[in-house]
Amino acid sequence: MSFSAIFVQLLNGLASASSLFLVAAGLSLIFGVTRIVNFAHGSLYMLGTYTAYSLVQWFGGGIPGFWSGVLLSGVIVGLFGALVERLLLRRLYHAPELLQLLATFALVLIISDFTLWAWGPEDLLGPRAPGLAGAISIAGRRFPEYDLFLILLGPLVLGLLWLLLTRTRWGTLVRAATEDREMAGALGVNQAWLFTSVFALGSFLAGLGGAIQIPREPAVLTMDLSILSDVFVVVVVGGMGSIPGAFLAAVIIGVLKAMCIGIGNVHAFGIDFSFSKLTLVVEFIVMAVVLVIRPWGLFGRSQGAPRAASTEPPLNLPSPALQKLLLAGLIMLALLPLASDRYTLVLMTDILVFALFAVSLHFIMGPAGMHSFGHAAYFGLGAYAAALLFKHVLPMELALALAPFAAGLGALLFGWFCVRLSGVYLAMLTLAFAQIAWSVVYQWDSFTGGSNGMVGVWPAQWLASKTTFYYLALVLCAGGTMVLWRILYSPFGYGLRAGRDSPLRADAIGIDVRRQQWLGFALAGTFAGLAGAVYAFSKGSISPDALSIPRSVDGLVMVLMGGIQTLTGAVAGAAVFTWLQDSISRQTEFWRALLGGIILFLVLVFPQGIAGFIRERWEARSGRSEA
Amino acid sequence: MNALARSTTVKILQRSEIVYILALTDRARDGGHQPPGTRSESSVDDVNLREKDMTLRRTFLLGTAALAMSAVFSGPAAAQSTIKIGEINSYKTFPAFLEPYKKGWELALEEINKSGGLLGKKVEVISRDDSGKPGDAVRVAEELVSRENVSLLMGAFASHVGLAISDFAKQRKTLYIAAEPLTDQIVWNKGNHYTFRLRPSTYMQVAMLVPDAAKLNKKRWAIVYPNYEYGQSATAGFKKLLSAKQPGVEFVSEQAPALGKIEAGAVVQALIDAKPDAIFSSLFGADLQKFVREGTQRGLFKGRPTFNLLAGEPEYLDTLKDETPAGWYVTGYPWEQINTPEHKKFLAAYQAKWKDYPRLGSIVGYSTLMSAAEAIKKAGSTDTEKMIAAMKGMQMDSPLGKFSYRALDHQSTMGAYVGRLALKDGKGVMVDWKYSNGADFLPSDADVKAMRPAE
Repeated sequence: MSFSAIFVQLLNGLASASSLFLVAAGLSLIFGVTRIVNFAHGSLYMLGTYTAYSLVQWFGGGIPGFWSGVLLSGVIVGLFGALVERLLLRRLYHAPELLQLLATFALVLIISDFTLWAWGPEDLLGPRAPGLAGAISIAGRRFPEYDLFLILLGPLVLGLLWLLLTRTRWGTLVRAATEDREMAGALGVNQAWLFTSVFALGSFLAGLGGAIQIPREPAVLTMDLSILSDVFVVVVVGGMGSIPGAFLAAVIIGVLKAMCIGIGNVHAFGIDFSFSKLTLVVEFIVMAVVLVIRPWGLFGRSQGAPRAASTEPPLNLPSPALQKLLLAGLIMLALLPLASDRYTLVLMTDILVFALFAVSLHFIMGPAGMHSFGHAAYFGLGAYAAALLFKHVLPMELALALAPFAAGLGALLFGWFCVRLSGVYLAMLTLAFAQIAWSVVYQWDSFTGGSNGMVGVWPAQWLASKTTFYYLALVLCAGGTMVLWRILYSPFGYGLRAGRDSPLRADAIGIDVRRQQWLGFALAGTFAGLAGAVYAFSKGSISPDALSIPRSVDGLVMVLMGGIQTLTGAVAGAAVFTWLQDSISRQTEFWRALLGGIILFLVLVFPQGIAGFIRERWEARSGRSEA
Repeated sequence: MNALARSTTVKILQRSEIVYILALTDRARDGGHQPPGTRSESSVDDVNLREKDMTLRRTFLLGTAALAMSAVFSGPAAAQSTIKIGEINSYKTFPAFLEPYKKGWELALEEINKSGGLLGKKVEVISRDDSGKPGDAVRVAEELVSRENVSLLMGAFASHVGLAISDFAKQRKTLYIAAEPLTDQIVWNKGNHYTFRLRPSTYMQVAMLVPDAAKLNKKRWAIVYPNYEYGQSATAGFKKLLSAKQPGVEFVSEQAPALGKIEAGAVVQALIDAKPDAIFSSLFGADLQKFVREGTQRGLFKGRPTFNLLAGEPEYLDTLKDETPAGWYVTGYPWEQINTPEHKKFLAAYQAKWKDYPRLGSIVGYSTLMSAAEAIKKAGSTDTEKMIAAMKGMQMDSPLGKFSYRALDHQSTMGAYVGRLALKDGKGVMVDWKYSNGADFLPSDADVKAMRPAE
């Protein structure tokens, strides 16, 4: 690369960084103050693009029409955000941690179907920016004027936000709440109003970030999820809640991507390496490196431990009645093949697999207190290990038996880094590792089959019938679930919970908290791998989506839907979610919106989760009869 | 009749779910109104509560039982008075292509049933969304085969989903007609006895563009492709075929942006810096639109002939409107200019039914279902082996003309339109196009045999 080429690629990177920064700044603000992990942020961005497309069409061309359309769509999305906060999220601030995540996930589903309904399926390419449609000459190359405008816009917004946060009363309150929101509340700050306004501002930035994209890219229905992971990376690399951090992170990632593209293919030491292909995963590599070196991102600070509100009640041994109920359930499952058709067994096999997957996720999220956003990595590693062992060397039974250990090894490796972090940073590091694993599987054609995956991964002859395979899945998944539950009541499990509830005291009485967490992480990974291996053989094929982000999110949804504070919650969540997806998608064209609606309904009615709700009722009853 | 019976089952199922959910909400509301202090004081309340709990449990059990029963009884229907065809696709993941696709097969279905159905029975298509995941696709495939008793499966858009269904079809010994997946593997190195594929594959469409590319005799080529199997195969195929025709050709730059996430400005800049004489691209969708916009602004396409697979398909071309890059060599579907009687007839029927113009997806949906119908008609039965035997070498009439399914590898010889892009009245059109028959752009039989696993 010549010097001028490097310079122009630097400008390209800065232009991309600006739009990324706008969206990320909104997410960072919202998280800083409300602690909401807003999955719907990408959807707000998408709404911004679509709204701007329509408004600009409606206002007609010309400079005033275009810019007022862009600004107005930011405002509209901001108002929509305020509405969402007031009508929905406000009801959930006292719910168990992360439940808002489930609510925003439901919003993602609803908004994406709404967009499809309102704007139709085709990509919509908006007009170029009037007045900035041309290109100027820089270093002998033509460079779009609009990109120059974007390069200036990023620092401008950063400056305005900085002024807003440091020079106004509102900004002081926001910073106070970011620092310690209980204390801010105790000092008489009207939190309700503060949260709504912050959410509105964050949404406005997301909407504006989407709107300014129309001269650069078309409005498409997948843009909500494709930007979501990027902005999360930016926010986390910068440090959650830090606006300058988000700006720096956006610049680093934008420029790095442009440089990878600029370098292209390199031939050195007899190896061809394509930096262009590295763009698939470069932001996640950056995030992993940053988090390993700086556990709270570049400009972030240690999050204060949440106060009493979120400590969980201790985990009691299941009551005899519950044990009987579980046993009865197990017997019913064992008898199921006598009274059901083939498809019910296939669906039940899926449910069993996902139940074990969710239970293993709950194992580290609940009792061990480590939220993982990348648990699918271990599910996928197990699935791929099973498929690879089976294809290359081993009979199916042995492949199935060994695959979980491959996943466990992966978890042991990644976990070593992850347990050094906490809270959202830990969650995002698990996500980064999952994406790195995903990209390796996705790219390594000769070994993993690349994006097409592998086919012909069918069970051995004696297990081929759906009934036998169902029993195999039942034994392994129910067995795995019980082992994990049993471990929670072992000294090791008590140690895990001690480490979650009070790391200092646990440390003081001689528990090596980090080691406990590390082993817990590996254990959960192993069982997720078991679920993955069973899954691979039940489907006969395996592809990279087994370890992709949506699979991890499905796991989170299952755990939260069922109730994170109960053991049986993960099972209930997995069953309900899998079954809902299966049955709803058959009923209506807009099944995603319906699924989102049902999840919202569940969140509002059972904030403690399905199993949590049942337990609450149960306890209320037995508490009374004892009295 | 049968359809009616099924929809009733569905309704019953829905009602029992609703009762179940309502019962739970009711409880939630009651619980909410219960002042905590009063809990252990009133014994009357105690009895009430216990009763309510009994009701809850009863409702719960009833609900569960109803679900279990509906699961059991919605099993295999009795004597079938219709022929059922299972259709699986990622409707919510790729709506731009698949909505027209669905309209296509719905038109075909109407035509088939108007002309008396097949084997004296009405035809019914049972369609499922696989949410873009191979695992889900395999599950709904199982549902279609075992619960709905479909005679065959068709559909799929993404290649990995198509491959998963194709392997399922092999395992379950069921006929599967892959509609859209472009991957070469589905009929070649991962091909099987039970799978046929309609669309011209990546390899075939690349081969259709290569003659024009070789004719230009450009030395330095730059390549850009979405970084997954389709783009990788297109690139590998292009390099191999062009090098064979034009020895000494150089490939000076290769850009592989992630699917849907192209950094268009940087990619275009990198291509310009490589100073190519010509460009080959297999981008589509949003990536293509961004690439075109940045490329035009930065002057990448000036004086550089550009080839782009699929860019002439209305699904991707129409979005570009007045920014359509004139002169590009593309494969596509110039629907408004095809004057053959078979296409005119299709176009009239499609526009009458849908008040919309067809996209390439419409052709794919229509022709896939028509192929399935033809296979059943020719076989005179819905027996899988008979249908497979019928499809080997089966001749088809389609809106694009006649084609056949090769006995050798189960690939159809449906072709594609190859031409150049131009701007007309503010929108993109294809000009100088010709129909390339798929049969002329396949590797030799010996090569295909070597790739395809033995049956």
